Amino acid sequence: MRRFSWINATSLTLGFAFLYLPMLILIVYSFNASKLVTVWAGFSTRWYGELLRNDAFLGAAWVTLKVAVLSSTLATILGTMAAHVLVRGGRFAGRTLFSGMIYAPLVMPEVITGLSLLLLFIGIGLDRGIVTIVLAHTTFSMCYVSVVVSSRLVSFDRALEEAALDLGCTPFQAFRLVTLPIIAPAVISGWLLAFTLSLDDLVIASFVTGPSATTLPMKIWSSVRLGVSPEINALSTLLIGIVTLGVITASLVSKRAIASRQRDEQAAQQT
Amino acid sequence: MRRLAVIALPYLWLLALFLVPFVIVLKISLSDTAIAIPPYTPILDLSAGWDGLRDFVADLDFENFAFLATDDLYWKAYLSSLRIAFVATVLTLLVGYPVAYAMARAEESWRPLLLMLVILPFWTSFLIRVYSWMGILSQEGYLNQLLMGLGLIDQPLTILNTNAAVYIGIVYTYLPFMILPIYATLEKLDTSLLEAAEDLGCSRMSAFWLVTVPLSVPGILAGCFLVFIPVIGEFVIPSLLGGSETLMIGKVLWEEFFSNRDWPVASAVAVILLLILIVPIVLFQRNEQKQREAGG
Amino acid sequence: MSPQTVFAPWEDPASKPLIRFYGVTKRFGDFTAIDNIDLDIFEREFFALLGPSGCGKTTLMRMLAGFETPTEGTIWLDGRDIGPVPPNKRATNMMFQSYALFPHLNVRDNIAFGLRREGKPKDAIAARVDEMLRLVQLQKFAGRKPHQISGGQRQRVALARCLAKAPRLLLLDEPLGALDRKLREETQFELMDIQEKTGTTFVIVTHDQEEAMTVASRVAVMDHGKLVQVATPDVIYEAPVSTYVADFIGDVNILPGRIAAQDGTRVTIDWAEGQPAIAARTRLALAPGSAAYFAIRPEKIAISAARPEGAANAVAGKVLDIAYLGNISTYHVELPGGQVIKAQSANTDRIAAREFTWEDAAWLSWTDAAGVVLDR
Repeated sequence: MRRFSWINATSLTLGFAFLYLPMLILIVYSFNASKLVTVWAGFSTRWYGELLRNDAFLGAAWVTLKVAVLSSTLATILGTMAAHVLVRGGRFAGRTLFSGMIYAPLVMPEVITGLSLLLLFIGIGLDRGIVTIVLAHTTFSMCYVSVVVSSRLVSFDRALEEAALDLGCTPFQAFRLVTLPIIAPAVISGWLLAFTLSLDDLVIASFVTGPSATTLPMKIWSSVRLGVSPEINALSTLLIGIVTLGVITASLVSKRAIASRQRDEQAAQQT
Repeated sequence: MRRLAVIALPYLWLLALFLVPFVIVLKISLSDTAIAIPPYTPILDLSAGWDGLRDFVADLDFENFAFLATDDLYWKAYLSSLRIAFVATVLTLLVGYPVAYAMARAEESWRPLLLMLVILPFWTSFLIRVYSWMGILSQEGYLNQLLMGLGLIDQPLTILNTNAAVYIGIVYTYLPFMILPIYATLEKLDTSLLEAAEDLGCSRMSAFWLVTVPLSVPGILAGCFLVFIPVIGEFVIPSLLGGSETLMIGKVLWEEFFSNRDWPVASAVAVILLLILIVPIVLFQRNEQKQREAGG
Repeated sequence: MSPQTVFAPWEDPASKPLIRFYGVTKRFGDFTAIDNIDLDIFEREFFALLGPSGCGKTTLMRMLAGFETPTEGTIWLDGRDIGPVPPNKRATNMMFQSYALFPHLNVRDNIAFGLRREGKPKDAIAARVDEMLRLVQLQKFAGRKPHQISGGQRQRVALARCLAKAPRLLLLDEPLGALDRKLREETQFELMDIQEKTGTTFVIVTHDQEEAMTVASRVAVMDHGKLVQVATPDVIYEAPVSTYVADFIGDVNILPGRIAAQDGTRVTIDWAEGQPAIAARTRLALAPGSAAYFAIRPEKIAISAARPEGAANAVAGKVLDIAYLGNISTYHVELPGGQVIKAQSANTDRIAAREFTWEDAAWLSWTDAAGVVLDR
């Protein structure tokens, strides 16, 4: 085992400082009393209050939440199906095209995805609004879900599904009773990923939305283009807080599950 | 029956909402301006049958692409996007490699925490992370306050709305994409290889250059592609942090569409951007494939 | 006590097989995994498919379970062509090599899994599960998850799970492969016991010849997708049909040679210059001058210091190597022509009293019925 050198310690410190300082500054200054964001004028929660009274922001947040829940749920269903097809589907006509369409959106610039979907929606005469944003978000996030789920399915012991069939399950029952419960953690992380992708998306939503629907990132965008604002700092702090809390909880839960499993396995060895 | 449905549902969804839109983009990029502006003419009148298809093909021409070639704004934007993406990728690698290396050499019990710290920003809003630099880099921002407070400079530096700010923004937001694949290869690296190298007469430094770096090349390549490919089409970072000198194709496309309302040109810009991206994407896929095969 | 009737339905032309493979071929692309196999397996048999990895034994079993369909030919179960029947509708159950226990279900729910699919009443399921738990002696562990029990216990849960549905045919894919040697030997006897108690037909796939010999009523030796020999373990061991089978099962000396003469069942084989022809018995009709192999097990060769009187075959050589295994010793004896023959003898005396040591001259001898003559 090599000792941990001071070079490594420095790289880690500087690296993580670089990653976290900007967000920390944002959080600290969200409690600034002054309207001038770069001048500290004492502690205050004034901007949080203003934020909560701002109906435009609250409305946008509500739209964003609706879009995120709908699109991530749809994306999870479609993405899990797609993963199943990719890993278990065997050969079928157009398989290469299918896997290409799964991977391409992951590297597609958002501006192109947004533009092309908008042209489609106009072409078929679909009213633009929440529905079109949900359709767009579902399309690109189902690809992320399918990548997450298929990486779990690849390591999945195929014999488990065969055992279920052997014991009298139809293929659909085998999926519902055996495969799904076992890959559930991957499906849940897929949903969470789809949810955050939808929550964060600015570019695609800006293309495909209509006058009736404004999402939170769009609202933030139109505000920050004019410069730094204390309200946006407060909003950012709230969003960062929620995400951090969520990620820490999720990692603690999975850490505990792994630890308890290891304890069980050790105990089983001794019996 | 059910098997068919499981294949058909995601397949049709992607055909309808991914592939068909591209065909439309392609079609509009080959159309005349007047047709493409709303009120929108049908892209392909299937009811007209074979004649409709022939008319559809007959209407196509390359004048939008010719326009892109004549106006130097566009090819300059493509070139500048490629240059910015390349420089930013190198910078991200220089920042990311030492961090990934240090993570892989850290105590095993620390690694999950470090890994979580790298992934956490990825879950946080991209827009907010870019925005957080606006307050730092502006004329009266925290960085200038700090440097002037320390007496290092007299005049505030102009960083925001320059390419420098764009580079900082890219390195910052794409750093996790660089760190994670490099860390993954370094973590798998058998430390006894380094001991063997030292046993055979290498110094620590030369063991690093002769063993560690070559073995981490797949991770480095993966990280570089993961940064390079999306940065080419980046829109948010150049718009928020860049200035008038920052020319990036994602921004051009956005403006062509939203400000100039020239859909055929915007579509042609998108088509060329895609063609440019195909090369790195194919290279990236090949690198991934090779790694998978090496992994078993 | 009346003499126990020997269980050998394959020798009775009137008995109907439970399973019949009829001209079955399975190809994966260019690769032929199963090559035109005909095979009958009878009710209550403990049938072993034995062969090295890649010989097609697992494919054969998976075709019985319904996970693979034959490219050509038909498979009959109980007089019914099961080709079009999907795995979930077959009266067969399979025990997987990895056990394939459902990790999210406890032992009881794993065993009940197949019964619940049949839609049986709850109390009937519970009763059957309890019966199975008793059979494999796991009553105490019913509430545990698979990762909370040991490897041997998992193996028994897997067995109980596929027996619970009382299948007509139980398929076992390397059922003991994951266990350590000692546990494996114990479990072999448990398996035989359970097979006898339940009266289920077992088909087991294994690459372990000892395991096949121990548990099976009949063994099918496979090679490159073909059945080389299907017979009871003693026939496989004592009367292999080819050098492949002789070599695959147990230890053997194979001496290639040519037929010198044949007179009824008596045959002599020229095999090495300067050595007398081997005298042996065979039922094969062999033309003089044709190539033949003489296969003889080491334990059937006696080793002695002096030339034994009246032996049908005797050759002289010197002891090259001695492998002392405690209960027996194997002697490697080199003949003047350079050939090495292995002979085995039980160590009836303590080791200090051993007759031979390295480089000693020794005589090897065997009767004319001790070995087999093979033409391939």
